Amino acid sequence: MVTLTIDGRKIEVVEGTTILQAAEQLGIKIPTLCYLKDLNPEGACRMCLVEVEGARTLQTACSFPCAEGNIVHTKSPKVIEARKFVLDMLLSNHNKDCFACPKSGECKLQNYCYEYGVEETSYPGLRVEAPIDSSSEFFNYDPQKCILCHRCVRTCNQLQANCTITTAGRGFKTIIKTPFDKLIGDSNCVSCGNCVSACPTGALTMKQKYDRFRYWEVQRTRTTCSYCGVGCQMDLLTKDGKVVGVEPADGATNHNLLCVKGKFAFNFVNHPDRLTKPMIRKEKGGELVEAEWNEALDLIADKLKAIKAENGADALAGFASARATNEDNYAFMKMMRAAIGTNNVDHCARLCHASTVAGLATTLGSGAMTNSIPETENTDVFFITGSNTTETHPVIGARIRQARLRGAKLIVAEPREIDLAKQADIFLQIKPGTNVALFNGMMHVIIEEGLADMDYVNARTEGYEEMAAMVKDYTPEKVAEICGIDADKLREAARMYAGGPSSAIYYSMGVTQHSTGTAGVMGTSNLALLCGMIGKVGGGVNPLRGQNNVQGACDMGCLPGDYTGYQKVANPDARAKFEKAWGVSLPEKPGLTVTEVIHAVDEGKIRGLYIMGENPMISDPDLNHVESALKKCEFLVVQDIFLTETAELADVVLPACTFAEKDGTFTSTDRRVQRVRAAIAPVGESRVDWEILSDVMARLGYKNSFTTASEVLDEIASVTPQYGGISFDRIETESLCWPCPNKEHPGTPTLHTAKFSRGDRAIFKPHAYQPAAEQPDAEYPFIFTTGRILYHYHTRTMTGKNEGLNNIAGHAYVEINPDDAAKLGVACGDAVVVTSRRGTVTVEAKVTDKVEQGVVFMPFHFADGPANKLTNTVVDPIAKIPEFKVCAAKVEKA
Amino acid sequence: MANENNARAEGFKELDKAIAQWKDVPGGILPIMQAAQATIGCVDEEVQNYISEAVNVPVTTIYGIATFYSLFTLEPSGKHTINICLGTACYVRGAQQVLDKLEAELGVEVGRTTADGLFTLNAMRCIGCCGLAPAMMIDHDVYGKCTADKIPEILAKYRV
Repeated sequence: MVTLTIDGRKIEVVEGTTILQAAEQLGIKIPTLCYLKDLNPEGACRMCLVEVEGARTLQTACSFPCAEGNIVHTKSPKVIEARKFVLDMLLSNHNKDCFACPKSGECKLQNYCYEYGVEETSYPGLRVEAPIDSSSEFFNYDPQKCILCHRCVRTCNQLQANCTITTAGRGFKTIIKTPFDKLIGDSNCVSCGNCVSACPTGALTMKQKYDRFRYWEVQRTRTTCSYCGVGCQMDLLTKDGKVVGVEPADGATNHNLLCVKGKFAFNFVNHPDRLTKPMIRKEKGGELVEAEWNEALDLIADKLKAIKAENGADALAGFASARATNEDNYAFMKMMRAAIGTNNVDHCARLCHASTVAGLATTLGSGAMTNSIPETENTDVFFITGSNTTETHPVIGARIRQARLRGAKLIVAEPREIDLAKQADIFLQIKPGTNVALFNGMMHVIIEEGLADMDYVNARTEGYEEMAAMVKDYTPEKVAEICGIDADKLREAARMYAGGPSSAIYYSMGVTQHSTGTAGVMGTSNLALLCGMIGKVGGGVNPLRGQNNVQGACDMGCLPGDYTGYQKVANPDARAKFEKAWGVSLPEKPGLTVTEVIHAVDEGKIRGLYIMGENPMISDPDLNHVESALKKCEFLVVQDIFLTETAELADVVLPACTFAEKDGTFTSTDRRVQRVRAAIAPVGESRVDWEILSDVMARLGYKNSFTTASEVLDEIASVTPQYGGISFDRIETESLCWPCPNKEHPGTPTLHTAKFSRGDRAIFKPHAYQPAAEQPDAEYPFIFTTGRILYHYHTRTMTGKNEGLNNIAGHAYVEINPDDAAKLGVACGDAVVVTSRRGTVTVEAKVTDKVEQGVVFMPFHFADGPANKLTNTVVDPIAKIPEFKVCAAKVEKA
Repeated sequence: MANENNARAEGFKELDKAIAQWKDVPGGILPIMQAAQATIGCVDEEVQNYISEAVNVPVTTIYGIATFYSLFTLEPSGKHTINICLGTACYVRGAQQVLDKLEAELGVEVGRTTADGLFTLNAMRCIGCCGLAPAMMIDHDVYGKCTADKIPEILAKYRV
């Protein structure tokens, strides 16, 4: 510790603390322009100059480490004079059109100039004359307002680690730009906007496309992003009941970073297409017409009661929503079970990570990320497989790249040459659907070369012998053949992973969405257990969940066999507990899954379906079948924010609020329960989901006691051990990962440290490799695989409303290897017909060597070329997850 | 043209050697780029992307270096390099007029190379022969007491 005096006040700080940090602890403000909290000090702007007694010159507070006995003055006349000079110089090369500048009011240069009384520069003369670059869809870059603080360059290169812009030139001609005079819009920029958030002046500003605002006009509301499962913290800027902008916040998972969707794609909230009034279809085949809330809710209650009276509660089913809050999902699950009396409740997690929940719950005892997102800072080796992380979980992708910069190693095993593959130490371009063989092969090498952590295996696992016997056959040569990779590279990957010391597996739907999805998931846990990587900070098996609250929707028991916190319906004790808590008797029989419900609707066994915030008309496999089933459904209720493809088929459509209009919580992919806060009043007559559901329940004769979102969470905590200690009050100040069983518990970022959730020992569950259900043949020679892209989210109900995103990626396409394209006589941009045994779509061909020969890839987001018309409904026997990732297809020139 | 391509290919071979030597050395990017400048004659977009891929350093970093140090050029230098002195002594003796004439004669600004690849025009500060001001150098030849009138004649010597 060192003791120093700042402005006459003594403070003791740990060694290495800078004067700036020490002053901050004392609440003394020192002005900064270039300082970025998460990076080493740059000392470029000289704004933070302070006087240190005994030092020859003024010192930059951001970079000066406190020394014992330092006497520092932050506001002495000398300091003030120096800062004025700095501002004067900066102003000499700054386009001072504050009146027209969107940053006015929030511009640090403007504010400091005002504070220090600098109105005009005393050095008029040459000025940078580079033109404004407005080529980005989302922001403008005006070099004439740049003060060369380098915050944008450092953010782009070291935090986002995308390396798009740089400091070019020297002396007066220094300029921030992309290399080789490319426009930003033509560069590798991913439009994350983190440079825009970092810019202290008006050099980088968001294009105010929708509602123009001044910073002094807006309210700020801290909330959790409603895209993807990273759980980025952000401030919604609102003006006159509209969301007009987004600023990143320093959340545990995102540290002031956002992605293009979180930063710029907020206009869906106030989009004119929002549903603002309930709608009813009076007769089948008729039009949807607007109705009053009471009319719509009465109709729903009457219909549900009638169907239940005629065919029993199991003739009804509901799909909850991975986008709604925990409170919404809890209410939905409670409505289905307590008020209606069926376990037929599921949601789209069935289609993404059901195999994770099933697989990891079996081997480890908990089906979620074993480690937390901030632990990317502790990981030595990343093994990414079945996840295009920089596109689907962009901020985790950025954190992995940050880790690369500090020397962490990276192994990528993917069918496509994704962006991370280019930075990988080892890239294994595996054939789709061969993960199980890959994991078995790596384990073979690890055992053969004596790299396994046998102390760990002996102390903390069971089933090793069986597993070792099974992987014995999976020689690197055999696996190389199956996966289409090089045997030596496989060996290297196995060694690198086993070498750790902390190795983390990150995976997503490339592992789960197979008819052998559960086996794949168990493969990841087998591999991690073999090397002792579970229960270790920075290690673990980390399934990345796709939607903002898919973790929460699962936690809330929106699963046909589980109550909240994965308490089993089949367990009489659990059932008794919920019967007591809710004061009703509950059905014993586990319900049907999403895919089973669609079949049951088709067969007429389910007559009424209640869908909250889901769009199975795009997201589910074999869309032709989904459509015919939903059209047959006798009574379909859809509660959503837009008239989705699914809502168009509904008998009753209820307008729901977006995340910007409600209070509640989302649980991010690392089990972190974070607040969602209402920033604006509900749009139109839309209502918060759980409040609508509570009204439906009342009409069905079940009264809830909760009246606020906070009270709903309290009820959740009372019946859910993992959430036992979580409340609005606590998460106001703490970032808590479940399990958090009581009010004193600090939460659990790393699972399984001392013992496993399933008990003392984790279990190896070996699986032999099985090829995907549908293999290419003479008629359908291609492996067809699907996935997501950075610029869209799920079925585009939200992102499809954003002009910028649509301009970058507005319609469906299929990626095809140049050699295959040449054989078919197809050029990039040509229309092609892609056909599987289930359907046909016509889309644009994107010729790229991202995919290997014999493989074609299609993003599933687009209704104008729905990939899911082609996908296979064959499911994993354990988790019932469909095989979205592999089917056989043919491609022809249109 | 074929010769130039050959020379460039030879240059890349030399660059590969430098990459092999400096790839894993901290700060090795600079000698690699110097080798490229020396053997290929510039660090243009292709060269920078090549180095970036080979040593796994972002091209933004390389571009920043290439534009910062005056010893790197982003386009191939001309066959002859003209360095006109704009130091104090030369300037007061009329170097600006000489430079204006050079720009007019060559049809390029300072820092650029003529379309025929014959001349690169640079400005510098002090050659060290202020007594001959205004002075300039073409390759290793020094020309003193220059005037705008003399420029066409001097350039003609290099145009043969």
